[in-house]
Amino acid sequence: MSRSVRFGAVARRTAWQVLPTVIGIVIFNFFLLKLMPGDAADVLAGESGSATAETMQVLRAKFGLDQPVLHQLWSYLTHLAHFSLGYSPRYDAPVMQLILSRLPNTLLLMGVALTFAIAVGVTLGAVMAHWVGRWPDRVLSVLALLFYSTPGFWIGLLAIVLFSVHLGWLPSGGNVTLGVQLHGFAWFADAAKHVLLPAATLSTFFIAIYARLTRAAMLEVQRQDFVRTAQAKGLHPWRVTVRHVLRNALMPLTTMVGIHFGTLLGGAAVTETVFSWPGLGRLALDAVMARDFSVLLGVLLLSSLLVIIANVLVDLLQAWLDPRIA
Amino acid sequence: MAGLNRREFLISTAATLSAGMPAWALAQSGNAAPRRGGTLNMLINPEPPVLVSIFQTTGPALVASSKVLEGLLAYDFDLRPKPQLATAWTVSRDGLQYSFTLRQNVKWHDGQPFTSADVAFSIELLKAVHPRGRSTFANVTRVVTPDARTAIIELSKPAPFLLKALSAGESPIVPRHLYASGDPLTNPHNSAPIGTGPFRFKSWTRGASIVYERNPDYWDAGKPYIDALVFKVIPDAAARSAAFETGALDLGGENPVPLTDLPRLSQLPQLVTETRGYRFLEPLSEIDFNLDHPILRDLKVRQAIAHAINPQVVQRTIAYGYADISPTPITPGSPYHDAKLSPYAFDIAKAEQLLDAAGYPRKDGVRFRLTHDFLPYGDMYRRQADYVKSALARVGIDVTVRSQDLPAFLKRVYADRQFDFTSIGVNTLFDPSVGVQRLYWSKNIRPGVPFSNAPHYSNADVDRLLESASVETDEGKRVALYQEFQQIVYRDLPILNLVAPRMITLANRRVRNHTVSAQGLEGNLADVFLSA
Repeated sequence: MSRSVRFGAVARRTAWQVLPTVIGIVIFNFFLLKLMPGDAADVLAGESGSATAETMQVLRAKFGLDQPVLHQLWSYLTHLAHFSLGYSPRYDAPVMQLILSRLPNTLLLMGVALTFAIAVGVTLGAVMAHWVGRWPDRVLSVLALLFYSTPGFWIGLLAIVLFSVHLGWLPSGGNVTLGVQLHGFAWFADAAKHVLLPAATLSTFFIAIYARLTRAAMLEVQRQDFVRTAQAKGLHPWRVTVRHVLRNALMPLTTMVGIHFGTLLGGAAVTETVFSWPGLGRLALDAVMARDFSVLLGVLLLSSLLVIIANVLVDLLQAWLDPRIA
Repeated sequence: MAGLNRREFLISTAATLSAGMPAWALAQSGNAAPRRGGTLNMLINPEPPVLVSIFQTTGPALVASSKVLEGLLAYDFDLRPKPQLATAWTVSRDGLQYSFTLRQNVKWHDGQPFTSADVAFSIELLKAVHPRGRSTFANVTRVVTPDARTAIIELSKPAPFLLKALSAGESPIVPRHLYASGDPLTNPHNSAPIGTGPFRFKSWTRGASIVYERNPDYWDAGKPYIDALVFKVIPDAAARSAAFETGALDLGGENPVPLTDLPRLSQLPQLVTETRGYRFLEPLSEIDFNLDHPILRDLKVRQAIAHAINPQVVQRTIAYGYADISPTPITPGSPYHDAKLSPYAFDIAKAEQLLDAAGYPRKDGVRFRLTHDFLPYGDMYRRQADYVKSALARVGIDVTVRSQDLPAFLKRVYADRQFDFTSIGVNTLFDPSVGVQRLYWSKNIRPGVPFSNAPHYSNADVDRLLESASVETDEGKRVALYQEFQQIVYRDLPILNLVAPRMITLANRRVRNHTVSAQGLEGNLADVFLSA
């Protein structure tokens, strides 16, 4: 089967699953959010530290909270049908604009973190599998366990204390240097400096998972007949490990990465907060605390779309890695 | 994985405001001559939803608003009014007419002239949409503008607190020509303000920073001294401490770092602390009883709880010493505070005796069970709730501490009234009529309205005293009315007042003149400069 036909099949299969999934997600999320006690007017009044019954009424009208719940859902779905995510009365801005201003930051952080996690995790896993039971395996296993069990915010804070406060090498937070106009390489270097610590922090947990996963999958594959054949015909051990074992061990890894894409959006909220990174996770968290449902629904909808897209990409990648799948 | 735990941790550390400050405040200005230039990096936390404090009065909104939009008056450290947009003012003998002479040749940042029409429009807008404007300006019948530089506020009844309510943060003057049409709550200038102040709005990157630049046409020629003011949004408390250490932050108010970090940070050579500049807040930590509760409606039970809780523990341990003990709702910082009242004596035996007398003997060591909620704002009230639990266990009251986020807490206490008693903090503000009356006045039993009369306390004498004091123009009589009020609520105990937490400002040593008035960092920062 040619690659384009395979792609078409995967794309078609996914397309008819996407729409009902998305609508289901929207309606489910809407009612889930409505179950939360308190509303946006309570938050604004609470933050202000003062309120009168009349100002509360004015705020509820502004947020559309004086309407019946089903009416609110219908009006949200109507907006959605017109490709509008609605308007955030708290931020006084269209939800789409709020999300689009944060999305590139989150994708950058996730992209760097995930790439870093895969590269380091797979390398460590391959090293562990190659020397299984010997000291590199033992040492790296302990390291992976350490990464796996240490909370990300703690690693992040310690990284700030070491690299920002004591050594002064890297900025302690934010995504750009404020108040300067940078271009070309200077701009790139500035962005890289800012993304380094949060991406490294975010990736530690996933490095541990991918290393252990790669190790287990490679040990599984190593026992198979074609590996013995490859060794029997006299190939270099590293060539067997990389070409024959690793490639076949990547299948479970790609599945996990697809799933982790969603987890990373949630996990990123913690890292984004510690590093003052203006990303989507923090926007979602702020929206929960502020009961700003239109923003939260928009973020959830977009996150679910991103997860769906990531899974389509994983499907395609797996079809390429293992032609028997498509 | 540990996702949920991380998130819970995050929520518990995200909003760290509230609570105290130390006594080692240092002089900040010295005699150095102001130096022009530089960028001031200032903390803003949490990020405000809008930059105009006309219908949103969260602390950060007041801080952001007051640099661009000014008020009629500024205040010295003793709350005596000083000129800002008004250069002179007179109050009629009956207290019903406030006449303001406005500054001439003041222009809005878009070039339009500032006139008395803007003042009249703003006062009426504040009365309609400001969270406390409806009570502050309740007696305002109209604002007369005989000419472009005179505004006269006319009242139906006296409002002796009115002159203290006209600061930039509390009562900003907004441009009429930009706010007159359309809904003021959705006005685009709420997030891109245009004012008369020393700084102009430049940009707002949500979640990251707000940038203001120097207004070269400011009416106070030569000021402001700095070129730019950058507000940084840093939601994590430990990251804020790190930012002060690295120099990424120069200035932050309202306890910018956790109290546990403060002693260490204030030892650093480049950082100094400031304790003045919070007279407009006057926070108070208290325990509100639900008087509809079958057990807590009994005065003896409330007295027993008061005797079982040691305010000194709250002051020293819960507030890390950054607080003053205040057994009354009018804090020691206020001229109306009744210093003759002292806290209920910490006396376990007395508490046990009162509970026995109330008819709640111990059964298996426990007299009865209660649930205690706390205001989830910063972590001081959580610590206080933990202390309440352990303190009351000693007298046989089994307390369960319940936690929830801010909107859930407000709904539980003020709308659903599904609570027994609660640790809470309120700002008692610049005058008892505005900040304290709402907590005890029976006419402010308003379901669903945060920081109203939570206990459902109703006492005709208290109502009469509060209402008289709010229109009393004779200062001596007003003090007497409030002292009588404090004695009654001290006896009736609908609310157990514990401590007045002190706020602290943390600044880099090179930042001078940041706190020059009672408004502190809610002033306009026109005087601030960066020493070499």
